[in-house]
Amino acid sequence: MSRIHDAFHGARAEGRAAVVPYLTAGYPSPEAYLETATRLLEFADLMEIGLPYSDPLGDGPTIQRAGEAALRAGVRTSDVIEMVRVLRERTDKPLLLMTYVNPVFAWGAERFFGSFAEAGLDGVILPDLPPDEDEALVDAAQDAGLETVFLLAPTSTDDRIRTVVARTTGFVYTVSVTGVTGARDRLPDLSPLVRRIRAHTDRPVAVGFGISGAETARQAARVADGVVVGSALLGRLAAGEDPAPLLAEIRRAARVE
Amino acid sequence: MYLPEYPLPDERGRYGPYGGRYVPETLMPALEELEAAYRELRRDPDFLAELDDHLRHYAGRPSPLYFARNLTEAWGGARVYLKREDLNHTGAHKINNTLGQALIARRMGKRRVIAETGAGQHGVSVATVAALFGLEAVIYMGAEDVRRQELNVFRMELLGAEVRTVTSGTRTLKDATNEAIRDWVTHVEDTFYILGSVVGPHPYPMLVRDLQSVIGLEIARQLEEAEGRRTPDVIVAAVGGGSNAIGAFAPFAYLPAGKRPRLIGVEAAGEGLASGRHAASIGAGKRGVLHGSYMYLLHDEDGQILPAHSVSAGLDYPGVGPEHSHYADAGVAEYAAVTDDEALAAFQLLSRAEGILPALESAHAVAYAAKIAPQLARDEVLVINLSGRGDKDVTEVMRIMGKESR
Repeated sequence: MSRIHDAFHGARAEGRAAVVPYLTAGYPSPEAYLETATRLLEFADLMEIGLPYSDPLGDGPTIQRAGEAALRAGVRTSDVIEMVRVLRERTDKPLLLMTYVNPVFAWGAERFFGSFAEAGLDGVILPDLPPDEDEALVDAAQDAGLETVFLLAPTSTDDRIRTVVARTTGFVYTVSVTGVTGARDRLPDLSPLVRRIRAHTDRPVAVGFGISGAETARQAARVADGVVVGSALLGRLAAGEDPAPLLAEIRRAARVE
Repeated sequence: MYLPEYPLPDERGRYGPYGGRYVPETLMPALEELEAAYRELRRDPDFLAELDDHLRHYAGRPSPLYFARNLTEAWGGARVYLKREDLNHTGAHKINNTLGQALIARRMGKRRVIAETGAGQHGVSVATVAALFGLEAVIYMGAEDVRRQELNVFRMELLGAEVRTVTSGTRTLKDATNEAIRDWVTHVEDTFYILGSVVGPHPYPMLVRDLQSVIGLEIARQLEEAEGRRTPDVIVAAVGGGSNAIGAFAPFAYLPAGKRPRLIGVEAAGEGLASGRHAASIGAGKRGVLHGSYMYLLHDEDGQILPAHSVSAGLDYPGVGPEHSHYADAGVAEYAAVTDDEALAAFQLLSRAEGILPALESAHAVAYAAKIAPQLARDEVLVINLSGRGDKDVTEVMRIMGKESR
């Protein structure tokens, strides 16, 4: 089976939801990014790598600013491929790229996905691609050997859930709130949405958007197989703090009761 | 009053390869809901009567098709007509779209509307219809534009709208649009997004085109009265996102090739295409996705969106609508570009020749017409879509002219 599949099962065997940290690649600098990512890998089951993008319309202010800073520092797509290569040398855990579609179009899907797969990437998360919108793009990712992850939201109808899970091969990324990325103090009741999704798929379901610490992680882990945390970690980095203790705390809280 | 139905987009919202819905999944149900509501309303006699009544008595339609005798004589070629969208309420073609979308919002039971704005023309238009229909309005505007267009910010506030300053990215229209989409993602259940141009995810490019088609439909009718023919030889219109141009073009664009007028979209060449400081998405861009739609676009080799530049804030957008992208590939329309300097000269030319101050956007169309009209025969008819009035640009033009003369 795939690394992604194994990672969710491994966490489950330990009585936990899988822990999935997100960092913007190259933020605050390529060196500092690799150092932080390596440290976070200790507490992670999977790792999400954000490709900096000029117009991230699904992201809140924290990830926007991190992306802008990385671009200002001159981080290019080819640099992020090299970062994937370095991380792959350091870990066997699954690495996923989160990218908007335009950087993929700009390189051409085959070259873009092929280059990342060759560097050791396991999967790709496409936040502005409803999978039925561009079948060729999804095919290109899968042909390159990448697993494909798409988002579902509280507004998703059963029709949309069916369509999206049909093209999902890694896990289902469930957006906890109707909104953009960003840490929140509390989450809405997630069980109705997760239950609706599970009615259509056996794949692992991870919850993201709004995970800020132990309390929100505990709430997500109660219903889901994985917990994604991004803005809260980047917030620590932006404040000049080490995000590793926060991720360790989230891992402890992500027990499945 | 009717809303024309065209062969495109296809059922997936595509114009050839262009268009589509590259958006966060959160918005998919809302886009499907909007499309379904619109497809029903476009044939609803009550809705159409309500729209028609507001277009006539509130916006002041039909706008005149004015024979520009002095320009015609000065250029010595084609008979030149100006479609006077500048005479609409709020001073531009924008009201054709905002009235329609606000009426749809009301029918869908949405009490809150949001919009993006660059220079503020669309924002003012949205604030206007929100006041008219008693809707709560939030307008997103880039910090850079808020600074440059102080007066329009105050106009929107006078009309009762809230203006939110956007400080991300390049702090201009593109980022204001991102922020409006983020607001919509967050408040999609009770909020209607009034998009201002023929861009964005399906069904917006179709919806805005249909509402703006009143421009071209009136041109055909008015030309029949004036010239005894429904189709001009040439139509020239400025293209940023492309809504005034599509409104003038679409009613003619699907005629068979031999019967179709020459349709010419004029993009902003800014300081020149070679300078890199321009807004010519078709003339110098590559295909890609911005704001949910596949289109011609200004972006670098990595797909990072590049800032656009034009002296005209309304053309200062790094993409161009999917239907224009398709027209360009299929040869349905031609696309040219004129520089800031050429547009400024045309601004002064039209002011002096006809006593009409055009918007800087529209001055781009005038500038290109000045190049081709002299080459046309005297019995040929050229229509310039005069999309807006120039009062809003007077301060900026004064600054530029003053700087040059000192």
